[in-house]
Amino acid sequence: MTVMYCVHCGKGVADADHSRCAAPQSTLEPPRYCAQCARRMIVQVTPSGWTARCSRHGETTSRDDPAAAR
Amino acid sequence: MTAAPHQVESAAGEQGILAVAREQVLERGVGLSREQVLEVLRLPSGQLQDLLALAHEVRMRWCGPEVEVEGIVSVKTGGCPEDCHFCSQSGLFPTPVRAAWLDIPGLVKAARETAETGATEFCIVAAVRGPDTRLMSQVRDGIKAIREDGNDIEIACSLGMLTQEQVDELVAMGVHRYNHNLETARSNFPNVVTTHSWEERWDTLQMVKDAGMEVCCGGIVGMGETDEQRAEFAVQLAELEPHEVPMNFLIPQQGTPYEHLETIEGPDALRIVAAFRLAMPRTMLRFAGGRELTLGDLGAEQGMLGGINAIIVGNYLTNLGRPAQADLDMLNDLTMPIKALSDTI
Ligand code: SF4
Ligand SMILES: [Zn+2]
Ligand SMILES: [Zn+2]
Repeated sequence: MTVMYCVHCGKGVADADHSRCAAPQSTLEPPRYCAQCARRMIVQVTPSGWTARCSRHGETTSRDDPAAAR
Repeated sequence: MTAAPHQVESAAGEQGILAVAREQVLERGVGLSREQVLEVLRLPSGQLQDLLALAHEVRMRWCGPEVEVEGIVSVKTGGCPEDCHFCSQSGLFPTPVRAAWLDIPGLVKAARETAETGATEFCIVAAVRGPDTRLMSQVRDGIKAIREDGNDIEIACSLGMLTQEQVDELVAMGVHRYNHNLETARSNFPNVVTTHSWEERWDTLQMVKDAGMEVCCGGIVGMGETDEQRAEFAVQLAELEPHEVPMNFLIPQQGTPYEHLETIEGPDALRIVAAFRLAMPRTMLRFAGGRELTLGDLGAEQGMLGGINAIIVGNYLTNLGRPAQADLDMLNDLTMPIKALSDTI
């Protein structure tokens, strides 16, 4: 999967400032935007993980490759 | 004649407010007053370690060595009509959080995973002003399903402001504790929330208490409040006599009015923890959200040795925590026993 958009702010990975998205605080945030289309996802956090659903690209979870999720 | 506080010296060599606290809080179990809490909050940093040590002694004397472990889950996330300025779940701010409902199987699974960590407490939370019939029936069905799963973990709820009828329903469902945070000092509340009042929250807490449920009530520090307001908040909580006080440290959330606030410094967070312990010697004081960012691993340990006797493990409602096992290992290293379910029945 190609990561085109930042999962924390939804902007293009190449064409925006993501310094805030890279701050320590972001490690406490599940992904909020789809990495493929930047749609805002429906995210459910549970005690041991999270599930994020894009209406177009389906579900990613904390069990998936963290690199793909971030 | 009583000596002025700054002239007092304790057997432990402490002076001033620490000596006063040793005699008043540790020996007699009487929480500090507002003025005294403020003195603690203003102690020079050179006395922080002594303060934490005393708070730990107070906790051990009046609460004991056990640590209550809890997991929490959001059954209804986001889209809340209220405007609590710290909250990413308010529908009034442009935050990235979208509304979501957790289904019953998901709730049962979350409760099971929580119980598997050794936690004795599971809190079901919803981002609402107060529950409607849909939410009440979801909670009722959820609790029934958790029990049918063979899980006897204690169940708490946090569903916003309640009517008397809803309080009675929750008692009938077997909810033993209710969380409703006053969030901040009464004098600071209008700066933080404008869609409801501190007094409305207080009323729900009184109903919960009168119905015999355990009251869980705390708040968030780092929302621009002054030391005076922190002291004010500590004694306002003490007046409520809650069973539990969860302490959160603000994580500035994207899109909220508090997005650009600085997180508070670790030493300040520890000082506040200890001050709250000295204001409420017998209350369960829980580390809740934000400790990962504010305190890190070392600071969390210092907090456990500075007045805290309960933790939330795993993730929070919309934010992630560190893995539950990391906290369980920490308790093991500190040789602090985890409170067992049998103790609570
Ligand atoms: S009532 Fe609760 S969920 Fe709603 S905005 Fe306030 S803190 Fe957030
Ligand atoms: Zn970004
Ligand atoms: Zn997508």
